[in-house]
Amino acid sequence: MAGNTGTYLIRGASILGGGPADLLIRDGVIAETGKDLTADGATLIDAAGLVALPGMVDVHTHLREPGREDAETVETGTRAAALGGYTAVHAMANSTPVADTAGVVEQVYSLGQAAGWVDVRPVGAVTVGLAGGQLAELGAMADSRARVRMFSDDGICVHDPVLMRRALEYVKAFDGVVAQHAQEPRLTAGAQMNEGEVSAVLGLTGWPAVAEESIIARDVLLAQHVGSRLHVCHVSTAGSVEIIRWAKQRGINVTAEVTPHHLLLTDDLVRSYDPVYKVNPPLRTDADVQALRAGLADGTIDVVGTDHAPHPSEHKECEWAQAAMGMTGLETALSVVQHTMIETGLITWADFARVTSSAAARIGRLEDQGRPLEAGEPANVILVDPAARWTVEPAKMATMGRNSPFKGMELPGKVVATFFKGHPTVLDGSLNTPYPHSASVGAA
Amino acid sequence: MKHLLSTEDLSLANAIRILDTAEEMAAVGDREVKKLPALRGRTVVNLFFEDSTRTRISFEAAAKRLSADVINFAAKGSSVSKGESLKDTAQTLSAMGADAVVIRHWASGAPHRLAATDWIDASVINAGDGTHEHPTQALLDAFTMRRHWARLAGTGSEGADLKGMRVAIAGDVLHSRVARSNVWLLRTLGAEVTLVAPPTLLPIGVEKWPCSVSYNMDQTLEQGVDAVMMLRVQGERMNASFFPSTREYSRRWGFDDNRLRALDALGMKDTIIMHPGPMNRGLEISAAAADSPRSTVLAQVRNGVSVRMAALYLLLSGDTREPAAPALAYAGTPSTKESN
Repeated sequence: MAGNTGTYLIRGASILGGGPADLLIRDGVIAETGKDLTADGATLIDAAGLVALPGMVDVHTHLREPGREDAETVETGTRAAALGGYTAVHAMANSTPVADTAGVVEQVYSLGQAAGWVDVRPVGAVTVGLAGGQLAELGAMADSRARVRMFSDDGICVHDPVLMRRALEYVKAFDGVVAQHAQEPRLTAGAQMNEGEVSAVLGLTGWPAVAEESIIARDVLLAQHVGSRLHVCHVSTAGSVEIIRWAKQRGINVTAEVTPHHLLLTDDLVRSYDPVYKVNPPLRTDADVQALRAGLADGTIDVVGTDHAPHPSEHKECEWAQAAMGMTGLETALSVVQHTMIETGLITWADFARVTSSAAARIGRLEDQGRPLEAGEPANVILVDPAARWTVEPAKMATMGRNSPFKGMELPGKVVATFFKGHPTVLDGSLNTPYPHSASVGAA
Repeated sequence: MKHLLSTEDLSLANAIRILDTAEEMAAVGDREVKKLPALRGRTVVNLFFEDSTRTRISFEAAAKRLSADVINFAAKGSSVSKGESLKDTAQTLSAMGADAVVIRHWASGAPHRLAATDWIDASVINAGDGTHEHPTQALLDAFTMRRHWARLAGTGSEGADLKGMRVAIAGDVLHSRVARSNVWLLRTLGAEVTLVAPPTLLPIGVEKWPCSVSYNMDQTLEQGVDAVMMLRVQGERMNASFFPSTREYSRRWGFDDNRLRALDALGMKDTIIMHPGPMNRGLEISAAAADSPRSTVLAQVRNGVSVRMAALYLLLSGDTREPAAPALAYAGTPSTKESN
């Protein structure tokens, strides 16, 4: 794993929000930690006041390539990821063509390696063409160079209960996980926003919470029955949190994710009819937001996943019903989680490391990500200035998507540096250089 | 007022002002020469993304009686059907000099998008958007009710509200922009509204609306109503399990001959029967009810032109002041405050 990526001595960083210490990064690994470290020829980084965290791992990213390079490319999306503090992202399968074969997942994997900003781990489609008809060649994707472990038809629910059962069973052969987009299709035909007080007034077709909750309830029971591993994408309702809490108490092997936007925004914003707030699953009520925060704090929800979903402007500059669903999120996730979870006292920075990194790496089976900041570990490390405050300006982001629902908001927390396999992809809050190809020679 | 997008955010003062102005406009309609020069040289575009001959010709008549130039733009068969966006269509019309855009759209919120973005400068009038609102329909309904209510009270309409009037709105509330706009406007004007519908055709969240809800038409009538507004049942609802059959719907929620007789038996001689049209005779309203002296269906159509004249006049005459109080509504003095 180690490559020739230089030597960096980080001075006086607060390790996971705890006491200050030095970190010596050399040739891709954390060589040493402790007080008053020295190293000849090291680049010194003064990290006083900065928090050192493991590089963030996104379990849910849409990089759009291949097929929609007008919305995002692996290059632009992973630049955004690095700036947002990520060292690994899971690229969702709903590209064109769909990532349902070894060929497509290897293409995405190679594009990620060539870009060099983060680890790109492709997610494989569960069914051919996301059509919900027959299983894609999950084993071939698992055995490919991309080593796919997460499978998802994200954007579309695997709603056929028999197919879902088979997928859950089948991925056990290679320690895979099925990441379900929980949305009962019949209950959400034509749905435009959360069904409730606001949809009643706006005359937009409602998207009932029960459409999500009924699928999650079914799936945790299926996972229990066949003894498989289930991951629930973008949990959005209080009822879903309750069901997952119940499932975990019964020992069912389920993990769940919440997006930053569902931790902060509510369906009241839809009153503007501005499609920047149109997303799947939809923004819900304040009671749901509070339940999601509580669920993330108590471990019912394991991870934060961005569901970063860039769209070209013409897909948002239109009528609500015509607009595409999705929001960008890679470059705002850290700030939104700090704002909603840390500044509210619900979690610590050490918890932050768990929900944005170590737990996410475990779900995706990424051995070199989400590791402790200890000697001998891979140097996927970020430095965060928790005191910084900034105003979100989508036009200045690295992602091609301008559809940030946080536009104009002032948020706390800024990524100052990102070390990816020992190489600084971000320095002084700006993009530096990608991981050098010369360092990859001989690497896995 | 720069735009007329919804009745939810229409103030009492502005509602009364529109209704009072509509009374003035109605007087023009009674003259031999039914035309005012008020909007000469101004251009009104009727931008219809959904077929609605009735609403379109009502707006067209209103604009022409005010001497405006009218451009009718039906999205079907135009560049829109070739994939042109709302933004480009609106900007194209704006570049041709539209002063007001009257928009009918199948998508809820489309008029709000036109008004809230910087795509165009023109005034926007919502002529019905999806299942959201249809403010000029509610205004013409309120105008019709107000005349009736004032006549019963032996007073004039001008400056009056609808305090104490009991209004039942019956039918497919879930998909009805007419119901929504009426609920908000009637609340603002002080009427007491009861929605009567099968539970399947009421939105989740209706319990927060400023009205009562009933599943029983006969009970609602027995409790006393001054106006019954029947909503059209759309054909596409009939095959989507909202109700078992049209006959059952008609028996339970329709205004049939038995209920027409019940009004007489209950002694409600002044109760009016309203319908926004087009009617499904024999489904939500019986022929006898539609043609009875209680029916205001044609008066509503007539009043629609007056109300739309008032809306166009108030938005385009440069009179953007917010009236200080309903009593001063029509005589009002200039002010700079925008209502929208």
